[in-house]
Amino acid sequence: MSVVVRNLSKRFGRQGEAAAAAAVSFAAPTGRITSLLGPSGSGKSTVLRLIAGLEEPDEGRIEIDGVDCTTTPARARGVGFAFQSYALFDHMTVHDNIGFGLRIRKATRAEIDAKVKELLLLVQLPGYEGRYPSQLSGGQRQRIALARALAIRPKVLLLDEPFGALDARVRVELREWLAEFQTSTGVTTILVTHDQEEAFELSEHVVLLQDGKVVQTGSPHDLYDRPATPFVASFLGGANVLRGQIRDGRADMGSFAVEGPAGAENGASVRAFVRPQDIRIEKPTDQPMANVQLARVERVTRIGGSVKLAVRLGTGESVTVQMAKTEIDGLGVELGDRVMVDLKEAKVFVEDYTI
Amino acid sequence: MSTSLPPIRSVESRRQVGVAAERPWVRWLLTAVALAFVATFLVVPLAIVFFEAFAKGPAAYVAAIIEDEALAAIRLTLVIAAIVVPLNFIFGLAAAWLLARYDFFGKSILLSLIDLPFSVSPVISGLIFVLLFGAQGWFGPFFADRGISIIFAVPGIVLATAFVTFSLVAREVLAVMQAQGSAEEEAAFILGASGPQILWHVTLPKIRWGVLYGVILCNARAMGEFGAVSVVSGHVRGQTNTMPLEVEILYNEYRFVGAFAVASLLTLLAVATLVLKKIVERTVSRQRRDAPAAGKGLALALPAPPTGAR
Amino acid sequence: MRTRGVLPGFGITMGYTWLYLGVLVLIPLSALFFKAGSMGPAEFWRVVTHPRTLAAYRLTFGASAISAAINAVMGLLLAWVLVRYRFFGKSIVDAIVDLPFALPTAVAGIAMTTAYTEHGWLGAPLARLGVKVAFAPLGVVVVLTFVGLPFVVRTVQPVLEELDPDLEEAAAVLGATRWQAFRHVVLPMLVPPLLTGFTLAFARAVGEYGSVVFISGNMPMKTEIAPLLIVTKLEQYDYAGATAIAVMLLGTSFAVLLTINALGRWSRRAHA
Repeated sequence: MSVVVRNLSKRFGRQGEAAAAAAVSFAAPTGRITSLLGPSGSGKSTVLRLIAGLEEPDEGRIEIDGVDCTTTPARARGVGFAFQSYALFDHMTVHDNIGFGLRIRKATRAEIDAKVKELLLLVQLPGYEGRYPSQLSGGQRQRIALARALAIRPKVLLLDEPFGALDARVRVELREWLAEFQTSTGVTTILVTHDQEEAFELSEHVVLLQDGKVVQTGSPHDLYDRPATPFVASFLGGANVLRGQIRDGRADMGSFAVEGPAGAENGASVRAFVRPQDIRIEKPTDQPMANVQLARVERVTRIGGSVKLAVRLGTGESVTVQMAKTEIDGLGVELGDRVMVDLKEAKVFVEDYTI
Repeated sequence: MSTSLPPIRSVESRRQVGVAAERPWVRWLLTAVALAFVATFLVVPLAIVFFEAFAKGPAAYVAAIIEDEALAAIRLTLVIAAIVVPLNFIFGLAAAWLLARYDFFGKSILLSLIDLPFSVSPVISGLIFVLLFGAQGWFGPFFADRGISIIFAVPGIVLATAFVTFSLVAREVLAVMQAQGSAEEEAAFILGASGPQILWHVTLPKIRWGVLYGVILCNARAMGEFGAVSVVSGHVRGQTNTMPLEVEILYNEYRFVGAFAVASLLTLLAVATLVLKKIVERTVSRQRRDAPAAGKGLALALPAPPTGAR
Repeated sequence: MRTRGVLPGFGITMGYTWLYLGVLVLIPLSALFFKAGSMGPAEFWRVVTHPRTLAAYRLTFGASAISAAINAVMGLLLAWVLVRYRFFGKSIVDAIVDLPFALPTAVAGIAMTTAYTEHGWLGAPLARLGVKVAFAPLGVVVVLTFVGLPFVVRTVQPVLEELDPDLEEAAAVLGATRWQAFRHVVLPMLVPPLLTGFTLAFARAVGEYGSVVFISGNMPMKTEIAPLLIVTKLEQYDYAGATAIAVMLLGTSFAVLLTINALGRWSRRAHA
């Protein structure tokens, strides 16, 4: 494990009342991208800055490549850091920016030139040595910033919402580029983002934070399919929420009933998270089926290849269903139609689950 | 060429560099050196004025101030300020309005002209009026024949003082008007307001802090001007001596208590100017914090670098 | 003349502004140049290259340059301390930096002279070290430093306040020590305002009269500044001589300022 964080805590505010990070522990696997994911204020940037040495922890330890560097100053940790604002040195050329770390380490002119050239090829901006940051687009600047961070051969690369300041389209392009880039360089990377899609697309290991605490870690698959808390379930995937109660071991939500969580008391309140993809529309038939309800289509939104429909159940609740365009067209469903809604899967949590 | 106004800054909090900043002992050392510099160059002169003024006790101090010539100097200084400041205020408004709201040929020349007095030595500022109105000057004989004396009399002092200070109000008001934009005035115009109405109801309320600040500075400079007035006044005690000139005369006569007593009044004026400036800054900061859209526009950083950069 | 802007008042403000400027600035200044012109080139040159005049220029420009340089360094330090550090009384220090703007030059002159004479608060300890300030060229430098103090501080402060902390952090993570980060990342960004501040302080110092005449002792060829020479000539009714020196002073200052500005623009252009 390249980076191991144990019990990291950091408090801000004069009396230390604002806990930006509380007992955060996780490990980032070597050579892979790990995402620190969470909403604004979840402490993910703070944790990243703590790893970089740009903040001092109140408690906890940080190990990079097995070496405890909790008290090592930032410039001696050998990490690479990319800022959301790029933080390129405007008064220096691209060449001098990338070569800055090497210049500090007293590399020769020839070494610097060679390294800069190599890195510019790697970030797909060959020949840009003489340009100034002000002449570059946002996406280009961030790539130069990455090249600059890599020039010193860091043990780990830390990216703080690197694409946050970019247009949506550029963000997507750079995301793909980063994935390839990381594969070819193999450098351990920790990425901070609030974008669930980005985290899932790029990383094999996700650490989900809320209010400064780690809520769940695992592969994207793990978090999506087996959310540990209601927060995780709702943060990843824009789910429908149905409320109900435990009856005879089953979670009864009025319109639907599913297997309840093990050990739940009879009568306990529950919340069920149903992803739009886990609930399907079928044409009405006369045969009764389990977990199928009658509903009316109230709103249809078409986005590219998929369709989102808001359907109102007999109980008055409204549910979002997401299906492929082809399926919807095949069914011939339209606004106002009465349809059968089939619940495939739900994550059920007993209501007083504390986070 | 160069404007040299102290800026109004709204001091907002900024994220600090934090852990990556310099070590504590470096900070202490730098702070100590800076404070020592300030103490030596700024605090000492300030303290000396009052120390020397009261060197022979409060009675001597008061006596020095109510002396006839001192009173005459005070009166003259106030009169000069009372004439020059309003004149420059009106000019400042007009020029700022012109430069902020219109585009026209000769605009940059106008700007340079307004900046000009700052790069002219006060002595030269006085000299030019002597050349114009002195006995051998262009207009000297014209006025002399009519029994009007300009040089070595109050009108000359007014002219020289006005020359030296007119850009102060203009520059401050211009900066404010430029920063605020003309949207509100245009809105009023479309609604049917006339020029004076726009000025009174829309513009003046918006720019009042910049105006106040410019007027404060103009007044301080007008009362304290020495070099230009020295050249132009003829140093006639009791008649054409302003307070700064009186200070000089007293000092050269080794009447130190008297000199510093009068100087102390001017120093109190300077301190009041600084205090007022801080108050204006705080008010502007608070305005900007409470109502960001409304308060915007008092971004009075130092105006543009010297004219060569045009 | 095309006018942008539909707001009323163009005519009246234009007219009044030019009238005021004409009466107050244009005509008086032109008198200066006409008078200088009427001297004829030979006479002009004689006055301007007289040893006493040259000595005065040397003192004026030399002392101004030195004091502006001192203010550049100390002004940067002051701005840094005021922007970055917290300490008791910071607000007062920040306000007092503007004192040279607000204090009449004559008051500054007598105060500083009294401070630096052999018996003065600062002059006494210095005299024991064999350093003479009052009535010596050093006194001129000291007073000009006072006069120009706020300029660099006020030009650097806003830039320093706007500086993105990310830049210094990036430098730190890349391995730079604090000094290296300052030298390579922060300082280059401060060069434009430093240059501007230096220029303003220099221009102010060159023209300064009121405070200097008290401390310098005004000995011709030694501690006589150019503006004083102009006044002396005026008192002798040598209007032509005074004008010649004045024109030369103006011309040289403008030339120096333009050069510094060109330098500033050139360095700014290098960073697009």
